[in-house]
Amino acid sequence: MFDHLKIIIHQGKQYIPDVTTAVVPGIFRGRPVISSEISDWKALAEICPTGAITSAPVSIDLGRCLFCGECAFLFPDRIRFTTDYKLACNVREDLIILSGEDKPVELRPEFIRKEISGLYGRSLKLRQVSAGGDNSCELELNACGNVNFDMGRFGIEFVASPRHADGIVITGPVTENMAGPLQICYDAVPEPRLIILAGTDAISGGIFDGAPALNRSFLSKYQIDLYVPGNPVHPLTFINGVLELIKKRKKND
Amino acid sequence: MNAISLNNNERIVFSSIPVLSYDQFMEQNLVLLENDSCHCISYFGFHFDGKIRLVCCIADDTQNSILVSSAVTLKDECLPSFTAHQQAFHAFEREISENMGIGYTDHPWLKPVRYPANRADRKLVIGNYPFYSIDSDELHEVGVGPVHAGVIEPGHFRFICNGEQILHLEIQLGYQHRGIESLFLEKKNLLQKVILAESIAGDTVAGHTTAFVNLWESLCNYKAGKDLQSDRTIALEIERIAVHTGDLAALSNDIAYQPGSAVFGRLRTPLINHFQLWCGNRLAKGLIRPAGTHFPYTGQLADQFLRMLESWEPDFNEMWNVFHKLPGVMGRLEKTGILSNEQVRQIGAVGITARSCNLGRDIRSSHPHDYYSQINHQSVMKRHGDVYSRAQIRREEIRQSLGYLRQLVNDLPVREPYKLLQLQPEPGSFAISLVESWRGEICHCAVTDKNGELMIYKVKDPSFHNWMALALAVRNNEISDFPVCNKSFNLSYCGHDL
Ligand code: SF4
Repeated sequence: MFDHLKIIIHQGKQYIPDVTTAVVPGIFRGRPVISSEISDWKALAEICPTGAITSAPVSIDLGRCLFCGECAFLFPDRIRFTTDYKLACNVREDLIILSGEDKPVELRPEFIRKEISGLYGRSLKLRQVSAGGDNSCELELNACGNVNFDMGRFGIEFVASPRHADGIVITGPVTENMAGPLQICYDAVPEPRLIILAGTDAISGGIFDGAPALNRSFLSKYQIDLYVPGNPVHPLTFINGVLELIKKRKKND
Repeated sequence: MNAISLNNNERIVFSSIPVLSYDQFMEQNLVLLENDSCHCISYFGFHFDGKIRLVCCIADDTQNSILVSSAVTLKDECLPSFTAHQQAFHAFEREISENMGIGYTDHPWLKPVRYPANRADRKLVIGNYPFYSIDSDELHEVGVGPVHAGVIEPGHFRFICNGEQILHLEIQLGYQHRGIESLFLEKKNLLQKVILAESIAGDTVAGHTTAFVNLWESLCNYKAGKDLQSDRTIALEIERIAVHTGDLAALSNDIAYQPGSAVFGRLRTPLINHFQLWCGNRLAKGLIRPAGTHFPYTGQLADQFLRMLESWEPDFNEMWNVFHKLPGVMGRLEKTGILSNEQVRQIGAVGITARSCNLGRDIRSSHPHDYYSQINHQSVMKRHGDVYSRAQIRREEIRQSLGYLRQLVNDLPVREPYKLLQLQPEPGSFAISLVESWRGEICHCAVTDKNGELMIYKVKDPSFHNWMALALAVRNNEISDFPVCNKSFNLSYCGHDL
């Protein structure tokens, strides 16, 4: 008893007071800023392991980017990864960062389903399905609920059964062997149900894009409510994205 | 003995591996395994010259060497199995059969390993797997997965229970299969290959990436400088402490001990945040590269690390000291999920699993790479083989690794200037890279063709051996103890499924 009290006193407050303004320690590869003066985009396109970089105008697709940083090492004065971890959005094209642009990635309220903020604004229960995820996004999603990030304070939690969930969070590039179980799990969630893609592998397949062991047909069947890029997703990226999803439309209605 | 002996990270000419008749090949490797210091680190088949070449690699822990021999066979051949005599080969032979279409006359259970995309028999699908069952009115079955209750990876567990007691557990994996080994051959760009290595198991980024870069450098006849070796060793040891700490949190969680779950859980954060300070990624993605690095470990990082430890270590010790004295905790961990030394020997277990049963499998001392040859590592060993032994090993390895890290960061080698070199592997080569990751022994090996391109790339995560250990450990335990048993091994699904 006294030992536990001592631990509680020594641990003090460990939670991040405001997850919307917290600063990530050290270097972090978040939203890139690309100079419009890039001439040698071919060298860039060649170096990128997932073809995330395209030309005219030069752009980086955060849905394909693995945040390896190689492009920024090649052209350090033209490409810079900022520590802005707010990368989530609800329109796939908005993940494409154009050169010469330096504006936040945001959700578009008009595409957030109407019922979301009313039903889930104060309580959102999610079922996680790893479909070929390498356990990095899974670790970070678990970290969202730890005492530091404490996502539970917003009523957002992962639950054990799809029957108790309001939506699913998919990680991994969706393997053929998980295609069936993913569909079954989704079907077991009562309507209306959300789909959140967490991590670059889930959004585009990442380094596995086009591999014969994948079957991504599930994703083309339904509306995706939230794209959360990262390799893996940072807990702050995920929490901020989900908060915007459940709060934003209300503000604007 | 007709095998070639090589060291960890030594390149040899592929054609120098002796080719034996299958009978000789089998007898020789079975005899080797009778010696307690020997275990199989990799055994695989691949298409070579229109036939199938089988390559078997046995590590000898006392000689610090690896003995490699091979045999030639054909598709649809039906061979006598090694497994009938030595169970440790069971998963390797199942994989060979699944990938190459080879049959075995006397393999005790030739069940599929992972239903890979390039399996020999496409008609087999994972959804139709016929689980082992017992026809009895007194027994019932419990199916768990592939989608589990927590935020974890998928796999199916099928229990046969007698009331609350587990009689038998069968584990079927493969749901995570992404085709990593084939992609190593298909992706021609080196950066793509490194990223594949980083994605084998996202909880073991330092482990698998070090195994890959060491292998690649060996194939290219490149020797990493002291500075890179020091960086890699630091990364491996930070990863070990971070995961071990997280595992103690998860064990606490599974026995509903909230203070342990919260405190150990939060103590993992500064460790992985140190990776972020170092390389911009909490799980060390982007950190390890062949023949160079973007992120040299600096004196400033060393200062930050040592300062962090000043409060981290007392906090950790305070929590552990309460944790391991609580009857409520000990009652759940002690004598739960017991494995015997004989069992781990038989199944060829590695890593924490082996060491918790007094079987000293540890690449850091038996086949040291990078800085381990200078550390003179002594493995932490326990005898009881229960969940508590595996928790204790974590606690003691954390203490030991903190000692290594203090030594390493206080004595950073002089840095050499690097420009990430694009090396080309030597043609017709073979090499093996072993790394002791936090979970246990990782083995990568590769063969190059006459142009120096990869012909085969084999990855073995320690989980490949150790899933069987979990299945055996839960027998006769209550099914409610399954989660804590499972966590005490913390095996990888994606590392197994590839
Ligand atoms: S950081 Fe992203 S865009 Fe740049 S090279 Fe890596 S994957 Fe490509």
